[in-house]
Amino acid sequence: MDKILLIIKREYLSRVRKKSFLLLTIVGPILFALLMLAPSLMMLLPQSEKAIVVLDQPNLMDRHKGSDELQFQYANPSTYTVEDLKQMLRDNEDLYAALYIPSGESWDPDYISSNVVFFARGDISMQVESYVRDYLQKQITDEKLKVLGVDPLVIAGAKTSVKLRTIDISKTVETETHAGPKMIVGMVSGFILYFFIFIYGSMVMRSVIEEKTNRIVEVIISSVRPFQLLLGKILGVAMVGLTQFGIWVVLTMLLVFGVSFLLLPSLMDPEVIASSGGMVEDNGMAEALLSGLDFAAMINIPLVVGCFVYYFLFGYILYGALLAAVGSAVDSETDAQQFVLPVSIPLILSIIVLMRVINDPDSSLVVIMSYIPFTSPVLMMARLPFGVAPWELLLSMFFLLLTTVFFVWISGRIYRTGILMYGKKPTFKELYKWLFYQE
Amino acid sequence: MLAIHCDKVTKSYGEKVILDGVSLEVPEGKIFGLLGPNGAGKTTLIRIINQITGPDSGSVSFFGEKLSRHHISRVGYLPEERGLYRKMKVGEQALYLAQLKGLSAADARKKLRYWFEKMDIIDWWDKEVQALSKGMAQKVQFIVTVLHEPDLLIFDEPFSGFDPVNANLIKDEILEINQKGTTIMFSTHRMESVEALCENIALVNQSQVILQSPLRALKESYRSNAWVVEWFGESLPSQWPQDVELVDYEFLGGRYTIQFRIHSQSAVSNLVSVLMAQGTLFGLQEKLPSLQDIFIERVTNKTNG
Repeated sequence: MDKILLIIKREYLSRVRKKSFLLLTIVGPILFALLMLAPSLMMLLPQSEKAIVVLDQPNLMDRHKGSDELQFQYANPSTYTVEDLKQMLRDNEDLYAALYIPSGESWDPDYISSNVVFFARGDISMQVESYVRDYLQKQITDEKLKVLGVDPLVIAGAKTSVKLRTIDISKTVETETHAGPKMIVGMVSGFILYFFIFIYGSMVMRSVIEEKTNRIVEVIISSVRPFQLLLGKILGVAMVGLTQFGIWVVLTMLLVFGVSFLLLPSLMDPEVIASSGGMVEDNGMAEALLSGLDFAAMINIPLVVGCFVYYFLFGYILYGALLAAVGSAVDSETDAQQFVLPVSIPLILSIIVLMRVINDPDSSLVVIMSYIPFTSPVLMMARLPFGVAPWELLLSMFFLLLTTVFFVWISGRIYRTGILMYGKKPTFKELYKWLFYQE
Repeated sequence: MLAIHCDKVTKSYGEKVILDGVSLEVPEGKIFGLLGPNGAGKTTLIRIINQITGPDSGSVSFFGEKLSRHHISRVGYLPEERGLYRKMKVGEQALYLAQLKGLSAADARKKLRYWFEKMDIIDWWDKEVQALSKGMAQKVQFIVTVLHEPDLLIFDEPFSGFDPVNANLIKDEILEINQKGTTIMFSTHRMESVEALCENIALVNQSQVILQSPLRALKESYRSNAWVVEWFGESLPSQWPQDVELVDYEFLGGRYTIQFRIHSQSAVSNLVSVLMAQGTLFGLQEKLPSLQDIFIERVTNKTNG
């Protein structure tokens, strides 16, 4: 037991002391924080206004000034022609585009709507295009209704906005559900888990190959059992992963909240938030922040973190042990590729199915795969925020535990033979035979 | 007492038989040579003694006890395939390996200091292994092998890869350790490299021990009455004493090197008087067969018979 601790200690310290570990561990949360704050930070950036010159013959735009990003300037239809409009755009670098709305001969709304032209240098941004289209559609619709004798006031009064709330009745206390944030938490934790399993699993494999190629392995297994070395290595690397995850969680939280509080102290002022009341869109940062806080309240963070640790640990041990067996069987990392692919197919499959969770977290494919040990870590994490019955979770965890123990045992048997075999490229058939060699 | 006693040890991997009923006796406190060509099964036998792998059948005892896990700390093993972690510091690595052998950190540190100073590599303590020359790394490996003062030291192909200076240095250290009572076991296919060191040898070929004996007795039994004489005179004597048979001679470097076959002890002294009367005798020596010769004879006899 003492020897396993020695091995764990060496495996752990030799990695944690590396500069690359330090770098990734510190840069990681900064990237995360940036990612989470990006939408809010974007709003702080000054928007560049795009100037568009409009030749509006039917006066359909009603001299509309534009939005934050768009500024419409109007050319007098009685003095300017389409050609003048194009010339204006050519001459004036400050103009982003030119919009031509012809009246036709009869001022027929249908004629107008199908003959509006944008002139531009190159392409027009999607945003601008859809803004103009939407605005014109609304104007023309109003125009048509007016022609039909409908009072615009009646139309305004008839407009209804539906606020859709979803109530989850599966809980004893009915709660409002919010699919969006849940989906984000599920996807993000599924993805992070996938990367963690992959990164740390292949770290174990590389380490096994390294020990084999620099020939230290036989020196070590003359002191400890191969299985002790394997286990010590897997657990040591697991602790590296948990350390990194722990630091990330703490740093990300500090960063997200720290940045929010430092950058926008005024927005956190309740009075400001209250007074901004109706004009939430002008106060995007505050809303993003509030929704972030909401978010935290909505999702059972201790459960998510706890499950993440469990599924990372056992998912990683499962794949790490298999990859260690692969590493022991080959002489170099290039030789390992042919075995790595079959081993990691279930993991890749689970990331593909992860996309389906967005559409339907309760689809039977997702549910079944969240029980199957090779795919359960990623998919159960993805399902978790949507609510998973305790028995489902425990069953999935139990399957994973059993499978992991079994495959660690299998891998140990391949490993102890593999590490002493040099100079031949093994086949699956050979690996299978190694299972039954006597120790 | 026997340091190691293997009794009918058999080991196979799948269909392939590596060891076929191997029995071996390694006397305590002696230097033992396990000799044989590559692929004969030496390394597997050594791995069994080191408990890296176990026999399919047969038994191994270690200083009279059935070999078991706690004996591991009493064996020092320098494998043929040896190396170190390249990116780890020398001292740290030596400490790690010593602790794996069961030494306490403090004890290991003390002993390492002694050995590093003795081998003149103390300055390398904080260097990474990849900065070391091959010879330096081998010194570190040697130190780590002997550090925990085991009762049995096993060296697999000990001198391969060492430059002559280091090989001699290591050889002297091994002899010194043996003087203190440690049993030494060499395993090699280069028989000439350990011939001068071993008191007992075993020859292994094709999964079996084909010969096991004290080296001197073995050579005695393989004597072929061949003698070599270095002599100078005007010309070779025309008459030889009875029981002396001239096999071959050559004149090189100002003296004759003459090969005889001498069939009786009295004939040797007769030959000496003849040679001394007719010239200057520089040397006379019985030519004992080398291990390599004995091995080849045994192997060919076996296949022929």
